[in-house]
Amino acid sequence: MSLLHTRNLTAFYGDFQALFGINFAVDSGETVAIIGANGAGKSTFLRSLTGLLINDADAIRFKGKAIGALPANHIVGAGIAMVPEGRKLFPSLSVEENLKIGNYSGREGPWSVERIMDLFPFMRQRRHNPGAALSGGQQQMVAIGRALMSNPDLLLCDEISLGLAPTVIKDIYDTLPAIQETGTTVVVVEQDIQQAMAVADRVYCFMEGRVTLEGPPGNLSHDAIREAYFGLKGAV
Amino acid sequence: MDWINAVVQGILVGGLYALFATGLSLIFGIMRLVNIAHGDLIVLASFLGLVIVTGLGLYPLVALLIVVPLMFALGYALQRGLLNFTLGSDILPPLLVTFGLSIIIQNALLEIFSADSQKLPAGPLQTASMQIAEGLAVGVFPVIVFACAVVVIAGLQLLLYRTALGAAFRATSDDPDTARLMGIDNRHIFALAMAISLAVVALAGVFLGMRTAFDPSIGPGRLIYAFEAVIIGGLGSLWGTLVGGIVLGVSQIIGGKLFPGADQLAGHVVFLIILVFRPRGLFPRAMD
Repeated sequence: MSLLHTRNLTAFYGDFQALFGINFAVDSGETVAIIGANGAGKSTFLRSLTGLLINDADAIRFKGKAIGALPANHIVGAGIAMVPEGRKLFPSLSVEENLKIGNYSGREGPWSVERIMDLFPFMRQRRHNPGAALSGGQQQMVAIGRALMSNPDLLLCDEISLGLAPTVIKDIYDTLPAIQETGTTVVVVEQDIQQAMAVADRVYCFMEGRVTLEGPPGNLSHDAIREAYFGLKGAV
Repeated sequence: MDWINAVVQGILVGGLYALFATGLSLIFGIMRLVNIAHGDLIVLASFLGLVIVTGLGLYPLVALLIVVPLMFALGYALQRGLLNFTLGSDILPPLLVTFGLSIIIQNALLEIFSADSQKLPAGPLQTASMQIAEGLAVGVFPVIVFACAVVVIAGLQLLLYRTALGAAFRATSDDPDTARLMGIDNRHIFALAMAISLAVVALAGVFLGMRTAFDPSIGPGRLIYAFEAVIIGGLGSLWGTLVGGIVLGVSQIIGGKLFPGADQLAGHVVFLIILVFRPRGLFPRAMD
């Protein structure tokens, strides 16, 4: 049975429909990447999963429970944590406070402030600095650490490579195995197709609020991806 | 010595103004809500004190043991049941709703208690004073009020910066959506903030009633003092609010000494001067 699946998931911003019946599944232990252009609905999809947008209860099932109608502040306690797009560290909290508040829900598990700092050692020197005083890559690592502090079963990473230097992106993705080792399943949303293909066991491509392609990276041809990503057939 | 005396009295009055303003500062800092009914809630607390003092025959300071929890509960219910629904990207709905609340509270108090001036009996404390130097005496009651203001602000400061709940307050203030992703129920956090705000209002209201006569119409005047103290001190800074209250109190007493009858005007003029030269107040928060 899948860890999380959605059935015919829709989402609206007022009258504007952003998602048109998404069917999505992720199994425990597999790594899934969601790719798609700007406005394809990737972030809206994650906002739905995390309860920032409310759905029919049955549209999202997690560990067998219908969670579609749960508000955001109950989702993290159920075991889904998100690294939001743009990091969204709390500027008036220090690095350490940002990490600690990640465990506000009190979920127990392997992660602690010390263990996060083992994973990202630079934090030890910066623990009392405000989050905003860090570089973009360091902020991203704090955001990942903050999400891990809730000891999630499922970690959603929204555009964690956005605006970062390639070496920093590599550093961040290099930590994924250590995260997965603890039993956390990871879903990444990426605009960078190469990156997504490299880390994922399975890829979903979104376009205009629909899933246009799904499968293991090895089975997807460049042409198929281009068509699913841009909606273009044949040569560009 | 006369002038030193005036400054000392002004500082002590500033403690009361700081208590007026602390709750306002706190909820503005946490949820960007400007509570126009704040002054009327202070007067409501004074009347609540009056009911308890006359009804149960308690001394006003003892009545605080009942008034403070009642106002705390009222604050929680008010935020959860009404004001949370007004919060959003638009700043106008909370202004309008609290403005309406202000009118409702004033009229309800007028209906129940009439327009007569009331006073909470402070007994001997009213006139008790202590000599601190040759020719310089301070009232015991104003010293108690000032000490309370310092303790309240220090306590809130500890709560905000040293506890997990305080971190949740600050996180929610920074970014309510991301705070929810952490499992923080922002509606509950906002309600707690208003509850704490009104607990401080309860103190302010009872002290106000012990110090001077009050009637249902004086709320908006207290709101102005509270606003001025908050803005002089710098939005979102609690210690700044205490300084703001002191600046206001000292200005009023010195103004009244220079130009008899101009004490209130002097406070407003000093406020405007500070607004011109330090539009963000004396101790603005780094981010905003």
